[in-house]
Amino acid sequence: MVPDDPASPILTVSGLLKTFPSPAGRETALNGISFDLAPGSVTGLIGPDGAGKTTLMRLLAGLFIPDSGSIAVMGHDPASDPLSVQGTIGYMPQKFGLYEDLTVQENLDLYADLHSLPSEGRRLRYASLLSMTGLGPFTGRLAGNLSGGMKQKLGLACTLVHRPPLLLLDEPTVGVDPVSRRELWAILKQLVADEGSTLFVSTAYLDEAERCDKILILYNGEILGSGPPEMFRREVSGRSFRATSPGQSLRALEPQFYRLPGIVDSVLQGNTLRLVSESTAPPDPPPGAGQIQLEPVPARFEDAFMVRVLERASGIDRSRETPTLYDSAPRNGNREGETAISVHDLTKRFGAFIAVDRVAFSVLRGEVFGLLGANGAGKTTTFRMLAGLLPPDEGVLTLDGMDMRRSPAYARQRLGYMAQKFSLYTHLTVRQNLVFYSSAYGLSGVRQKERVQRVARAFDLESFFETQSGLLPQGFRQRLALAAALMHEPPILLLDEPTSGMDPLARREFWRVIDSLAVLGVTVMVTTHFMEEAEYCDRLVILDRGRILAVGNPAEIKARVAGPDLPNPTLEDAFVTLLSGAAAPAGSAR
Amino acid sequence: MRRPAFPGLRPGFKGRVWALIVKESRQIFRDPSSLAIAFALPFVLLLIFGYGISLDARHVPIAVVQDARTPASEGLVAGLRNSPWLTPRPYPDIHSAVEALKLARVDGILWLREDFGRQVLSFRNAPVHVVVDGVDANTARLVEGYLDQVWETWLAQRNQRGRDLSIVPVDLEARLWFNPDNRSRDFLIPGLIAVIMTLIGALLTALIVAREWERGTMEALFVTPASILEILVGKFVPYFVLGMGGMGITVVMATALFRIPLRGSIPVLTLTSALFLSAALGMGLLISTLAKNQFVAGQIAIIVTFLPAFILSGFIFDIQSMPAPIRMLTHIVPARYFVSILQTVFLAGDIPSVIVPNAVALALFALFFLAIVLAISHKRLE
Repeated sequence: MVPDDPASPILTVSGLLKTFPSPAGRETALNGISFDLAPGSVTGLIGPDGAGKTTLMRLLAGLFIPDSGSIAVMGHDPASDPLSVQGTIGYMPQKFGLYEDLTVQENLDLYADLHSLPSEGRRLRYASLLSMTGLGPFTGRLAGNLSGGMKQKLGLACTLVHRPPLLLLDEPTVGVDPVSRRELWAILKQLVADEGSTLFVSTAYLDEAERCDKILILYNGEILGSGPPEMFRREVSGRSFRATSPGQSLRALEPQFYRLPGIVDSVLQGNTLRLVSESTAPPDPPPGAGQIQLEPVPARFEDAFMVRVLERASGIDRSRETPTLYDSAPRNGNREGETAISVHDLTKRFGAFIAVDRVAFSVLRGEVFGLLGANGAGKTTTFRMLAGLLPPDEGVLTLDGMDMRRSPAYARQRLGYMAQKFSLYTHLTVRQNLVFYSSAYGLSGVRQKERVQRVARAFDLESFFETQSGLLPQGFRQRLALAAALMHEPPILLLDEPTSGMDPLARREFWRVIDSLAVLGVTVMVTTHFMEEAEYCDRLVILDRGRILAVGNPAEIKARVAGPDLPNPTLEDAFVTLLSGAAAPAGSAR
Repeated sequence: MRRPAFPGLRPGFKGRVWALIVKESRQIFRDPSSLAIAFALPFVLLLIFGYGISLDARHVPIAVVQDARTPASEGLVAGLRNSPWLTPRPYPDIHSAVEALKLARVDGILWLREDFGRQVLSFRNAPVHVVVDGVDANTARLVEGYLDQVWETWLAQRNQRGRDLSIVPVDLEARLWFNPDNRSRDFLIPGLIAVIMTLIGALLTALIVAREWERGTMEALFVTPASILEILVGKFVPYFVLGMGGMGITVVMATALFRIPLRGSIPVLTLTSALFLSAALGMGLLISTLAKNQFVAGQIAIIVTFLPAFILSGFIFDIQSMPAPIRMLTHIVPARYFVSILQTVFLAGDIPSVIVPNAVALALFALFFLAIVLAISHKRLE
C-alpha cells in the first residue's frame, strides 16, 4: 500500500474544488487547490477561520465528497474508498469527540477495538501513549473531568492508538492554553522522530508556523504559498523595522504610519510599532511625528503572511480615516491618569470552586488593558462581574469612582460590553439592531438617528444596513457587535475575546478602531487568546486559576522571565514560564 | 486473512460492534438522563396510570332539582342514590344547580319538573331534564348512560309493582366481557408498554445519536474502520435490550402490583414487543440522521412518535369514537397496532385473528423504517 520509494508523496491533492450551498447560490470553500505531502514531514496548514482548513481536512478523511479534483491518500481515494483511508489514517477533528462519560482507559480501548488492534500489542502501545501524553496517572478518570489540555492529549492518544502513518489534525491547539499548546507540539515532534509519522496540522495561530517543516498558506479557499518557514521569512528579510518614540506610546500615530507609502503592515507592540516595508530601505516617519527611532528587526513568518494576504486582498482603501465615533470625547472633563476601573480583593465562588480569588488591579483612563489567562483562569467571570452581570462574593469594584454594588445602574450606563459570543439578534437587520441597542440605552429621536448613522459609517456597515445580522460575514458581525456596544458613547468598554474567528486583516482593522477609541480617552478592557494581541495592550494582567500571576506592561512582563537562556522572550514565552512556575510546587512564590 | 463470519460482513465486524455496544452500555449506566428516561419515567408513568388516572366514573356528583316533591320523584331520586356510579346532591332550584355545574361542583343535573308526578301518572311522557357537563366528553357519555340506566330501573320497578303501565319494549342488560369490573387500569397499563417502548426506542435513541453529533464524537467515529452498518447495529442492540427491559419491568409491575391479568402467553407478548421496539428504534435512528441536534431531535421524536403513541394509539382515547379523518390517521401510527395487541394479550388471550394482522403491520413498519435508515445513512458529513 505504502509506496516503496520513500520520497514519493504519502498524500497527493490536485485541482480540488469544493462548494457548499449558500443563500446566494453556491459558496466556494476550496478553489482548485493542489499540493502533496512528503512522508515523515510536519506540514502546517495555516489560514484564518473560514479559509477552508476544516473542509480540506474533511475531504482528506472522506467525510466530504469533492466537486472536482482528486485526492490520493496512500494510494486510496477517500471519496470512492473511504473505509480504506479511514482504517489507515489518524484523524483528529477540531472538536475531538471524546466520550466524556467514559474513562481515559475506556476511550483508548474503544478506539483500539474499532481498529481491531490485537490484544498482545496493546499494553505496550498504551504504555508509550500514556507516557508521551502524561496521562498515565489518570487512566481511571472520566474524560469529562480532564482539563482542556488533557482532553486534547487524550484525543490525540486515541487517534494514535493504531500507529497511523498519516495523521490529520484539525486545529488541535485551538482553545488550548499556551502551556498545553507547547506540550502538544512536543508530543507531535516526538511522534515524527520515534515513529516516522507524517503530520498534517491546521492552525489559525501564525506563530505555530515556525514549528513546521513546511507550510501551506490557505486563504479564501486558495493556497497563497507553500514552502519551509525560512523561505517565507527570507522573502521579507530586511523589511521589518521597529519604530520607537522615547517616553510615549505610538498608538495615536499608528494610523499615520499605516498610511505611509511603502508600508505594508504595521502593528503595535507595547509602546513600539512594528512595521513591514515594501523594500529594505527604512521608511520615513510621517511628518510631525516628533522624534522617531527606527531599527531593523528580524523578519517573522507573520510578516510574510501579511504581505501575501495583502497582495491578494486588493482594494483596501488605506486613505479612509476612521471617523470619530464619539461626539464628546470622554477625555473632556477628565484628567488623564485618573483611574477608570479599580478592583480590590475581588472574589467569586461557585460552590467550593473559587473562580476568582482576591483579584486586584486598576485601569487608567484611556488605557488598553488586557486580561490574559488559560481557559478557566477566571477571565470571563471577572468580566461578568465588571459588567454587573454577576455579583461578586467579596471585594470592591469601582467604575469611574462609583461603587458597582451601590449604583449598578449608573455604572452600566458608563459601560459598553461586548460578549464573547455574538449576542445580537440574528434575525434583525443591522439597522434594527443598532436602533434597538441605542433605545435600550435611552437614545431616541434625532439623536438616535444621528448616532446610528455615525456609528454605521464609522464601521463601514452602511451597505449592510438592511441585511439580517446573522447573514453578515464574520468580521462584520464582530464590528456590528462593537458598534452596538458603542451606541451610548460609554467611556469604558469591556470586550471579551472580540477578535476570535476574525482573519488577520480584519483583526488589524478592528484593533485600529479600538486604538482610535483609546486615543479619544475611552478605557478599553479586553480579553484575548492571541498572544500577539496581548502586545497591543498598554498593560495587562495574567490570571491563573483565579489569581493574578503578573501585572504590568508587555515589556515589564517579558523582562520578568528574561534570562541567559532566554534573552529575548516573547510574551508567550513569558506567559508559559510564569504559568509553569506557578504550577511548580507552591511555596517558592510566597 | 480471516474469513468473515457471515457473507457480506467485513472481518472484525463482531469485534467492532461489540466495542460499540460496550461503549454505549457504559454510557447508558453513567448518564443520569438515559437512566431517567429508561427507568424512572416508566416507573412514574406506571404509578400515575395505576393509581392516579382513572377513566371510571364512580360516585359522580349529580345535582337533583325537584320542583315538587312527589312520591314518584322521590322514588327516582332513591334509585339514583342506590347507583354506585352516581351521587345525587339536592339543589333547591334549577338556577343554583346550573351555578354548581358551572363551578364544576357537579357533573350533571337531573331536573324533575313540577308536573313530573302527574305526567307519570297520566301515562304521558314524563319530562325529565338531564343536563350533562360536556367538557369531559368521556365522563359525560358515562353519566348519560348511567342516568338512563337508573331511569330504566326505576320504570321497571314501577311496572313490577304493577302500579302503572309503562311501555318498555326492550330490556337492556349490559354485561362487560374481558374486563367485568370495568377497571380502566386494566386496559391502560398494558397500553403503557407501547408508550414506554416509544420513549426508549424513539425518543432516547434520537437524543443519544444527536448528542454524538453535537459533541463531535460521531465525526471521530466516522474516521475509524467501523462501517455505518456497524455503527447502527452498535446503537440498535443496547437500546433494544433496554427497551425489552422496560417492557419486562412494566409487565412484572402490572401483574404483580396492579393485579392485571395476563391471559395471553409470554412468547407472543415478547415477540410482538420486539417487533414494535424495532419499529420504534427505526424511527428514532431515522429522526437522528435528519436532526443532528438534541433539541430538534427531541422535539421531532415527541411530536411524531411519543404524542401519537399516547393519543392516537387507542391507549387512552377510543379510536372508534374519533372523527373519520383522525381514525384514518391512526393507521400510520405503529403504536396503534401494538396497543391493540397488548390489550388483547393481557385481557383476552392469544387471539390469532387480532394478533397476526397487527403483528404483520408492526413487522412491516420495522422493516420500512430500518430499511430507510440503512439506505440514507452514510459516513459523510454532508
